Amino acid sequence: MVKATVKVFLSGFFKDHDFADDEDIFASGYANSLFVMQLIAMVEKEFLITVEDEDLDFDNFRSVDAIECFVASKNAVPVTT
Amino acid sequence: MTAGVQSLTAGQSKVLQEFRQFAETEIVPFAGGWDRAGRLPRSVITAMAEAGHLGALVPVEYSGSASSLVDFGLLNEAIGYGCSSVRSVLTVHSMVSQAVTRWGSAAQRRHWLPRLAGGRWVGAFALSEPDAGSDAGRIATTATPDGAHYVLDGTKKWITYGQAADVFLVFAAIGGRFSAFLVERDTPGLTVAALDDMLGTRASMLAQLYFDGCRVPRDALLGRPGFGLAAVAGAALDFGRYSVAWGAVGLAQACLESSLRYASQRKQFGVPIAEHQLIQRLLTDMATTVSASRLLCLQAGELKDTGHPDALAAVWMAKYFASTAASRAATDTVQIHGARGCDPAGPAQRFFRDAKVMEIIEGSTQIQQTMIAQLVLQAA
Repeated sequence: MVKATVKVFLSGFFKDHDFADDEDIFASGYANSLFVMQLIAMVEKEFLITVEDEDLDFDNFRSVDAIECFVASKNAVPVTT
Repeated sequence: MTAGVQSLTAGQSKVLQEFRQFAETEIVPFAGGWDRAGRLPRSVITAMAEAGHLGALVPVEYSGSASSLVDFGLLNEAIGYGCSSVRSVLTVHSMVSQAVTRWGSAAQRRHWLPRLAGGRWVGAFALSEPDAGSDAGRIATTATPDGAHYVLDGTKKWITYGQAADVFLVFAAIGGRFSAFLVERDTPGLTVAALDDMLGTRASMLAQLYFDGCRVPRDALLGRPGFGLAAVAGAALDFGRYSVAWGAVGLAQACLESSLRYASQRKQFGVPIAEHQLIQRLLTDMATTVSASRLLCLQAGELKDTGHPDALAAVWMAKYFASTAASRAATDTVQIHGARGCDPAGPAQRFFRDAKVMEIIEGSTQIQQTMIAQLVLQAA
């Protein structure tokens, strides 16, 4: 579900290109500040998470796989003792 | 009661009237004098703080009021109605508060937010440089890691309230990665020079900042290196545009009310000039665009309050429309007032000068047009 949502979002920016799950989004050179801002807003809205200061790492958003992994980590229930 | 069509809910209208009462007491009587002096007294900032206006975007746990974005917009309309210079300070201070709230570490939030919310410290936003305005990616200020510090070198220009702000949100590149820093005013290596006699918002106390080997501790970094423009500045500027858009509504509302009063009182050819159809046409356009601007701002606020992805485009549209509408309203206000419109004793010439600035700050009209086009084409 995460992958499909991210791919729909990316298709709005990259109309003639389907991203592979592990393909580097930023390698396209298209990742301007507007794109990054919208990507963060989309991830927060679609997956009901808050991107915090410590989450600001390009590796969290570098590919469809990375975003899915990041969302899963944000949704993981912390282990308590 | 404000003149024009009432498009707000009863609750929103009540909130606006409370803010308007503050503006009419604390700001309107003095705005002309502040403009002529090119200064804002700290007392008006203190009054804003005591009324809770400087903490509007700060969470309650840090002594803010965590207003809804619509209420924050209404605040900006009321302050913009009174004085665009005060509203400009509210804008940049709120941008800094928002940035710390959104991207600050727990320690940064604890340290900065109560100070910003209470107005003990006033924040300013330092992005623009002599050669980097709309093209923010060209900023040349650098931050060089040096042990437990970063060393800032570069120049920032046209920094609103730079002459008096206590802390600056400064954007600089760490080895090519744009990053944001909170820099206190008295940091050695930072020199502030006043920029006076600008066209408009003359009391907003613009300044040029010189960073010359300015050492700041590592924990002055806000957000992660490389995310200074995309995340920190991007989100702050979105709030800034939203604030300016509502401020432009307030400015246009002031134009409308001033024009209605004057056109009803001023007699030429034996009747109030409001009875002349060519004057009526100016009043009609003004009233209509004020209403349209407010509705676009309300739409943007409601979308922002729900975190809707279209909020970004809605803010651009609101800022684009409201700033250009305010500029036209102010031009027509001078025209309706005739020679009195050009007289420094009256507010019309100040409205005219301030309105032009609305079309330039937080994204020029042309940048708004380009960005709106990008967004609508993206969705096509």
